[in-house]
Amino acid sequence: MRSRSTDSPGVRLNAYRLLLLFAVFGVWHILTASGILPRFFFGTPTVVLQNTARWFISGKIYGHLGVTLVETVLAFAIGTGLGLAIGLWLALAPIASNLLEPYIKAANAMPRVILAPIFSVWFGLGILSKVALGVTLVFFIVFFNVYQGVKDVSPVVLANARMLGATRHQLLRYVYLPSATAWVFSSLHTSIGMAFVGAVVGEYLGSSAGVGYLILQAEGAFDINTVFAGILVLTAFALLLDFVVTALEKRLLRWRPAAAIVETH
Amino acid sequence: MTPALALEQITCTFAGDRSYTAIRDVSIEVAAGEFVAVVGPTGCGKSTLLNVAAGLLAPSAGTVRVEGEPLRGLNRRAGYMFQAECLMPWRSAAHNVAAGLQFRGLDRVESLRRAEEWLARVGLEGFGSCYPHQLSGGMRKRVALAQTLILDPSMILMDEPFSSLDVQTRQLMENELLELWARDRKSVLFITHDLEEAISLADRVVVLSAGPATCPIGQFAIDLPRPRDVAEVRLTKRFLELHQRIWELLKAEVLKGYAQQKHG
Repeated sequence: MRSRSTDSPGVRLNAYRLLLLFAVFGVWHILTASGILPRFFFGTPTVVLQNTARWFISGKIYGHLGVTLVETVLAFAIGTGLGLAIGLWLALAPIASNLLEPYIKAANAMPRVILAPIFSVWFGLGILSKVALGVTLVFFIVFFNVYQGVKDVSPVVLANARMLGATRHQLLRYVYLPSATAWVFSSLHTSIGMAFVGAVVGEYLGSSAGVGYLILQAEGAFDINTVFAGILVLTAFALLLDFVVTALEKRLLRWRPAAAIVETH
Repeated sequence: MTPALALEQITCTFAGDRSYTAIRDVSIEVAAGEFVAVVGPTGCGKSTLLNVAAGLLAPSAGTVRVEGEPLRGLNRRAGYMFQAECLMPWRSAAHNVAAGLQFRGLDRVESLRRAEEWLARVGLEGFGSCYPHQLSGGMRKRVALAQTLILDPSMILMDEPFSSLDVQTRQLMENELLELWARDRKSVLFITHDLEEAISLADRVVVLSAGPATCPIGQFAIDLPRPRDVAEVRLTKRFLELHQRIWELLKAEVLKGYAQQKHG
């Protein structure tokens, strides 16, 4: 009896969460079935679920999901790589960072979604233009975190490493880089989310494949049910991605005290 | 005989709106195998002195000699134990201890094997895979000690290394330090504000004046027999005599330093 009562709060919470989900779909169904909300604009939940199921049964969705995933992962990897390299460089080169500071601020303040048309012209309607958009979003998150991470290295840890005989190169590799990557990992949720946003928005603005493309197509045909189905799939996918990142983070930030991880959320 | 470490007429002035002279004309020598403790009131520039000896800070005037040679750049013969947390938090205890060996190009497996050996020597056998945040303050100090000693430096510079520990842990660590030191008698320059710690550990105690422009105002040979137990030696008559003599000199400086902190 006792052991059951310790795990039951979690089970009960999840049950309530599921109930809430059903309730939302239920209310949606009642509102549209009774005609209070026009079906043309708000769709029908049963059809939305049917469309979603059909995508998975026919296998049509996998290719599109694959494209979106590849774009997300590429944007994340390239954006993180660039952010890490340039963040490390600027944090350790005060002259260059002073010179570039206003430009970095300006580039970060600019709504980068407006670059999408330019990227389409430069890189075409394929994967590359979406990756480019995602990279511009991911880069700044990683860049600022790395910059902060390097500035944040404890001077005592640094002095200690020097006294232990670390060369400049070794300081970079064994002190600055681990400290900076810790900050990158703590921003993992945000940056992979941004890579995903870049991919989907890019697809939506012009593409020939991907989940964003499916939504764009359905919208063009005034098929609101398929638009909702696309949103449903994207949401589930984003949740899955977040789950993977959380698992990854737990592994990579094992050295951090638990409290510090909570703070970064 | 050439001293292991000689600070000659060291002056450190920090530039700024009001330029501040932390230490002025300080000369201290540490003979080979000698344990020298430097005591002074809080904020008197003790750490500055140690940073100069380590080569982390270039003095405004004066010379540091390491075994007779003038010091340029970092003091490669010295191990440094810091007052603050100095372990790399992303490295496990064993990897922290092995860091110095790896910096010197020793291969990973061998350096880790020796790190485990040293962890055992400071009483942390089996804790090699723990990260610093999983260890207590005393354990982290042991790791830092192993990290310094594994490189076999010919001199050790210590900046109030145990000041953050509780009294019991501190006495344990002091005894362990003496035991490790007795094995190969490295030269030690030990900075502290705790006179009892200084007397119970050292061969010689140097008293610094209150800052700014700190300078040594006296030194005392500590002729207590070794090996010592830091807790027991404090109860001996000779210890109390020494303590009283040094405290007479130090007390005025402590009060001066206190008054400055209160008003400055």
